[in-house]
Amino acid sequence: MEYSIRIGGEAGQGLQLIGGVLAKYFVRAGFYVFSHQDYMSRVRGGHNFYQITFADRLLESVRDTYDLLVALDLPTIALHRHQLNNQGHILYDQASCGGKQEGEEFLDIPLALLVEELNAPRVMVSSASIGAVLAVLDLPLAPFQGIIGDFISKKTEEIVASNYAVANAAFVYARAHYDTIPSVPVATLADAPLMLINGSQAIGLGALASGCKFYAAYPMTPATGIMNYIAGKAAKYGIVVEQAEDEISAINMALGASYAGVRAMTGTSGGGFALMTEGLSLAGITETPVVIAEVQRPGPATGLPTRTEQSDLLFVLHGGHGEFPRVIFAPGTPEQAFYLTNKAFHLAEKYQIPVFIQSDQYLADCQWSLADFDSRLLYQEDFRLRGELLVGLESYQRYAYTESGISPLAIPGDSEHLVVVDSDEHDEDGHIIEDAPTRNLMVEKRLFKKMALLREEISPPLYYGEHNPQAIVVGYGSTFGVLKEAVEHLAGEFKIGLLYFSEIYPFPLLEQFDYVALLKEAPVTICVENNATSQFARVLHGETNHRCTYLINKYDGRPFTLQTLIGEIHAYL
Amino acid sequence: MLTFDDYKGQQPSWCPGCGNFAILNTLKKVFVDLAMQPHQFTIVSGIGQGAKLPHYTKCNTFNGLHGRTLPVATGIRLANNHMTVLALAGDGDCYGEGGNHLIHAIRRNINVTLLVHNNQVYGLTKGQASPTTPQGRVTKIQPSGSLSEPLNPLAMAISLNCSFVARGFAGASGLPFLQEIIKEAIRHEGFAMVDILQNCVTFNKVNTFHWYKERAYELEAGYDPTDRVEAFRRSLEWGERIPTGIFYRNDRPSYEQGLTVLKEDPLVKQALFRKDMSAELAQLH
Repeated sequence: MEYSIRIGGEAGQGLQLIGGVLAKYFVRAGFYVFSHQDYMSRVRGGHNFYQITFADRLLESVRDTYDLLVALDLPTIALHRHQLNNQGHILYDQASCGGKQEGEEFLDIPLALLVEELNAPRVMVSSASIGAVLAVLDLPLAPFQGIIGDFISKKTEEIVASNYAVANAAFVYARAHYDTIPSVPVATLADAPLMLINGSQAIGLGALASGCKFYAAYPMTPATGIMNYIAGKAAKYGIVVEQAEDEISAINMALGASYAGVRAMTGTSGGGFALMTEGLSLAGITETPVVIAEVQRPGPATGLPTRTEQSDLLFVLHGGHGEFPRVIFAPGTPEQAFYLTNKAFHLAEKYQIPVFIQSDQYLADCQWSLADFDSRLLYQEDFRLRGELLVGLESYQRYAYTESGISPLAIPGDSEHLVVVDSDEHDEDGHIIEDAPTRNLMVEKRLFKKMALLREEISPPLYYGEHNPQAIVVGYGSTFGVLKEAVEHLAGEFKIGLLYFSEIYPFPLLEQFDYVALLKEAPVTICVENNATSQFARVLHGETNHRCTYLINKYDGRPFTLQTLIGEIHAYL
Repeated sequence: MLTFDDYKGQQPSWCPGCGNFAILNTLKKVFVDLAMQPHQFTIVSGIGQGAKLPHYTKCNTFNGLHGRTLPVATGIRLANNHMTVLALAGDGDCYGEGGNHLIHAIRRNINVTLLVHNNQVYGLTKGQASPTTPQGRVTKIQPSGSLSEPLNPLAMAISLNCSFVARGFAGASGLPFLQEIIKEAIRHEGFAMVDILQNCVTFNKVNTFHWYKERAYELEAGYDPTDRVEAFRRSLEWGERIPTGIFYRNDRPSYEQGLTVLKEDPLVKQALFRKDMSAELAQLH
């Protein structure tokens, strides 16, 4: 079974509360859940929607259609009724939707009136909506009481009780006036409770688990969620979260903190990253570890601030003047985001380089229901030269030449050894040089030697599907879930596979898995990307000389939806 | 017992007669006076002739980017608030490229001592107008004279309630006083800005040591540096007479003092990893 709800209305009408509470409700009831938000760049008015699918099996993408539309205003009905499934219903209040709507699909619940009758504040229409939804789904109201408190700012017993009373009034009304619509069984699926988690929380959690002690950023949608999450945990984990005056400052602060000896991170979207590229280059030449979350939104410039796109891959790959090593991860689920953020911190410290976690609005805001992450799988290794170990050294050079190209990374102040770093080309001591032989040795040390080792650290892509497929779908980053579900759907009809990359750069080696041979042997390869110019297909071609047969692109600022994507892939099979 | 020679660094590459030599020697004397072990402090500098200074002494050094000294210095202080941090920048570096960072470092009151080598001209790029170049000054890029009003860094800092605002003069007659000002600035708990008037023998033929020597004077004994309005009034004095000294100071708490996570130990001394994430995972159930 699978059931989808779309809630539509203006910004400020409580969509986040209704959607947030319902998603939490369904996951606590034992369902698998996937939620997605579509919102405009405004605080009040306009048109937004929040969509939730729940089912008895893992969900990983947005559906094109839904079974229940909750219309908080009239435009919602006009905009979204055509995507309602057969037998679907529209729950609305005629007071907020321009009067009574004619049609069997309409469930008319006087939400505002019920709130008014209880002398409750108008904002509690949100709780009334939730009560009505649960009634028509034939689900019990009681668990609502334990959830609503987490979504309201004033969490007093009185206010929780008042919200419950309002929800109950709508619940009772809906029960009395409408038959229970679908029969949704109360699920008892997972043994252990599932987490409901979005990509931003997963990256934040990954940072906590990796010993991040410093996070500096300038607020920018859709990257701010990471800062919010970490700031909420800062006191407990001993982290300084600094809101910088701009992104230039944010990355330089992170580099200062990292130089001083702590694990440091910054996060931004494309426009902010444009300002960070100078500092990125500084991380490169000073060999200062830093983790950068780049959470994409459609550009150029301000673009579509609250929407999604995978259009900064080449920017992040090439950003920063000069030549220096970097690593880019592009997770596809919160689970991947968690473990790859941990791996990002690990590699950043081990190789003293900048490492990117590239996300986007879709991954940042969508919620998955997932089993708990496993702390035993984490990298938690300290690479700093500190304390006694450092004190005991006879001499220390920040940029000493070594076999691996990795020089010891000492903590300034921990011993009498001085730590000297410079944005100018420098010698082993960190002092400014201009001679050609030293320059060559330094480039060899920090770029060639390290890159060779870094390649060995990168995991091969994932492959799902047939051994000798007639078609391979290729993708990377946040499209993982929708690609996987689309390929699973098509697998009944075609010999098809999915080749998926989340560790993008350096490009994976072929020793463990010769994915290039697989691509070359497949009659059809289709690269699917949430951008206009197939940036990943170009990287793939540059690295492997494989050119995909077909390219599927989407650049309207919206994520791929499952049924539409199945149709688009099908057209090439 | 530390001596002047303990701070001997690389051979400077400055022009003979450059004011930077005097600032370097004064700083070394300050380090001796305050018994600052070289590994106990970090100098952050940007790009410019003055920014090469940390290489010419002995200290932990972060010689970063033009204009970005203060964000790096802030990051270091937040990671390790037991480390003494000095930021060195020129007038172009700090008042031009990094102007926004200066405003916000002052607002935060991060415990960093900022020394601005202010020679009223761009030296490293050979003679263009800087934010403090007088209006009308002719350069290669400004052949009809610089059109903009010069920045008054002291007035700006005082207007932002900067917790320590001073001006020194790097000519021979001003050095003992400069040494005392810098010592006070380092001792100050909070953001301290010291604007240092210096010559540029190559590109500024007007504001020479001689020019400054005739004008610079020390704020009189009895001057009250806690009077913000008077400090602002004195900061506007420029021309025939140029005051030097500590113009303004207050004791508002430093940024670090406000951060509860730094109450016990600096971040760099705190536990690295936590094995058990179960509480955070449970919160998401």
